[in-house]
Amino acid sequence: MLARLTTFAIDGVDPRQVWVEVDIHPGLPAFTIVGLGDIAVRESRDRIRAAIKNSGFKFPDTRITANLAPAFLRKVGPGFDSAIALAVLAATGQIPSDALRSYAVFGELSLTGELRDSPGVLAVAEGARRAGLRRLIVPRERAREAALVDGLEVVAVPTLRAAAEVVMGAPPPGLPEPHAPSRLGVAEPDLVDVRGHRTPLLALEIAAAGAHNLLLEGAPGTGKTMLARRLPSILPPMSREEAVEVTRIHSVAGLHSDGLVSRRPFRAPHHTISAAGLVGGGSPPRPGEATLANHGVLFLDELSEFQRTALEALRQPLEDGRVTIVRAQYAIVLPTKFMLAAATNPCPCGFAGVGDRCRCGEAELRRYRRRLSGPLLDRMDLLVAVQAPAERDLRAAPITASAAVRERVAEARERQRARLAGEGASCNGELDGRLVARHVRLDDAAQRILARAYASGSLSARGRHRVLRVARTVADLERRERVTSDDLLTALSLRQRSPREDALAA
Amino acid sequence: MSTACGPCLRRSWLLRELAGHLDAVRGEIDEVLALSDHALIAAVGGRRRRQLERRLARARDDPVRQALGGAGVRPVCRCADSYPSRLLDLAAPPTVLFIAAERGAEEWLAEEPIAIVGTRRASSYGLEVARSLARGVAAAGMTVVSGMALGIDSAVHEGALAAAGSVHEGAVATAGATVAVLPGPAGEPYPRSRRRLHRQVVRAGAAISELPAGTPVRRWTLIARNRIIAGLSAATVVVEAPAGSGALLTAAVARKLGRAVGAVPGRVTTPQAGGTNELLAGGAFVVRGPQDVLDAVYGIGVRAAAGELRPPLSAEAREVLRAVADGADSADALAAAERAPDTSLAALAWLELTGYLRREPGGRFTVIP
Repeated sequence: MLARLTTFAIDGVDPRQVWVEVDIHPGLPAFTIVGLGDIAVRESRDRIRAAIKNSGFKFPDTRITANLAPAFLRKVGPGFDSAIALAVLAATGQIPSDALRSYAVFGELSLTGELRDSPGVLAVAEGARRAGLRRLIVPRERAREAALVDGLEVVAVPTLRAAAEVVMGAPPPGLPEPHAPSRLGVAEPDLVDVRGHRTPLLALEIAAAGAHNLLLEGAPGTGKTMLARRLPSILPPMSREEAVEVTRIHSVAGLHSDGLVSRRPFRAPHHTISAAGLVGGGSPPRPGEATLANHGVLFLDELSEFQRTALEALRQPLEDGRVTIVRAQYAIVLPTKFMLAAATNPCPCGFAGVGDRCRCGEAELRRYRRRLSGPLLDRMDLLVAVQAPAERDLRAAPITASAAVRERVAEARERQRARLAGEGASCNGELDGRLVARHVRLDDAAQRILARAYASGSLSARGRHRVLRVARTVADLERRERVTSDDLLTALSLRQRSPREDALAA
Repeated sequence: MSTACGPCLRRSWLLRELAGHLDAVRGEIDEVLALSDHALIAAVGGRRRRQLERRLARARDDPVRQALGGAGVRPVCRCADSYPSRLLDLAAPPTVLFIAAERGAEEWLAEEPIAIVGTRRASSYGLEVARSLARGVAAAGMTVVSGMALGIDSAVHEGALAAAGSVHEGAVATAGATVAVLPGPAGEPYPRSRRRLHRQVVRAGAAISELPAGTPVRRWTLIARNRIIAGLSAATVVVEAPAGSGALLTAAVARKLGRAVGAVPGRVTTPQAGGTNELLAGGAFVVRGPQDVLDAVYGIGVRAAAGELRPPLSAEAREVLRAVADGADSADALAAAERAPDTSLAALAWLELTGYLRREPGGRFTVIP
């Protein structure tokens, strides 16, 4: 007897359809799985045998061959367990095999026959819909995630037995209730805690409003990390498509979430991270932090401590919004539309610009600068110096609170979205040269200032383009359609570095 | 166009051959370089003495000339008319000057060049003064000489180049050029990281050296070039130099030649001002700006430094500029002084763009005099 059903493999963060074929024929008892599975797939034989027996079914004492097609695609992980088990049951006539045609099945099995939580369910659900399947059997824990996909009946079952019964015609159980929000008592860092830091606060607001890359530079203890950690509290809400994409990625990565991820991701990897960890890689390739930060913020604290190879690897993802990882037999594309926030000391001793405290020589400074490669700095829209707040500021009332800023940011982002509808970009941070030319309109005074800045050599061609994008966001925050000279000068001011530092980096 | 004679070029060849040997006697390098070819070989040639004598005798002009110049570099020997006559006052004038310049360099060297030198480990104040001083002096039409080292020297060349740039926009008469005296061959930037500056200097002025192509930079070459900087110049100004800095050697040579020596006063607590304050205590003229240098060279009030090249200030910009000068030197500090942060950011950006302010590391600003 032969049975066949559909499941999905996760390739990067995308689903790939996989057909499970099980053939039963007379012979000495044996159970083989072919089709380029990894160790977890080979071990699934033992889980399947135990799960079938413990669910009250009979495991055939004959020769069983399971094939995972297509055979060229590498299959990873225990998510194929339940599909193979149901195919075995169908092949031995214990459940009707015709009924299985319209199902996709995904989930790991325990020895007792329970369907265990398996990462990547949302991706599988999207794949099932795209493949035109009507029903999807998934573990109960992840059912709400799968239900985010419209036009698909999600069968959320706790056990293999329950799954078999649904296939045999029993009514499927309802979706589980959402977990109660568990955020109780965990206060998110808020801008209300910030004293002083007026310029960095403005820069954070602009960065959040336009998804601009941001570098905070300052001596140790001035509050760079403190400020960056408050970035999530002012980010604009995600659109549904963005939220679904983030959920899919986080589900694949096993960063479990119940249902839809509603907050923009904020990833802050430690500086010892490798290039593969940052942009994705390994074998089989897995998404890196850049992909996990998709539609959110990737925060690199102590930027100069990161390995140079890791930082260089970020360049392509920053520019293109995706990264292509090529292995000998195939390539995967991972989305990396993140906003880069970084913090660094201005020099090896950390105290450049703090009175006369810095004792670094020019050669040391130069070496330090080299590590922050020019190309990476060139991709920063905002370069902001963070200074220790004055004593008077520490005693003063807070300047602002996250809720107020978030409102302005959301409104500014909405303006951008409306302006850029149909242009393939959703915020000013994504404007390319063509879109800058079309959407950043300067008034006459601003034109003259831009010409002057360019002629004086303080702006490169790329820098000019970045300044214009930021100026566009400043104007959006001020609800202006035309960029004024003040908007442009503010943007210029937030991107300039000391000429001395520039000379060092050259 | 032959501006270097055979015997002089052979001397350059000899210097290259002896570059390694000369490091051992760098303490009295001036005396050693004053020796004749044969005496020099005898003094430092060591075991290679005989061989060097033989090769010197056999050396022919043309191959030597070709081998020593290098691309884009012209030799001028001290027998030539175009050799800068000031250098002949030195105890050991360079036998040949190798000149890398896109335009003719000799006429600039014949003008009243001013040497401005200083330490490699400069403070931001020192760099600022060096830059604006060089810009002012160059804008007054004088040639600015320095050594292209890190720190003050590079800032000096940058300042002089900036004057040339602003003059091209059409304001004043001709700005003076800038001349870099290198411790290695004229065609090769030293330090290597100053490639871009070297290129700009060669384009707008000249890079010169007494060493032929292929000579490695040694400790003695760093010392020996100081005498050329002082010798070329009508006056030498030290911007910042801690005790023991090479810039003080340059000043000492200038003083020995009877040329004017000036120094920029610094804070007594700053180590970088140790040497310059010492010079002032010993009678060097005080340099507060380009006018002081012009007065020292031409006599008081004979030549006036160039006027303001920057656009006029609005009342608001003037106020911000005064606040920065009073110590509210960052956007945050201005904001604390009751100004909205975005308007002060814009004002700072404008002042920076028009050359009234310079941005320092850490987001602070200094007023450009």
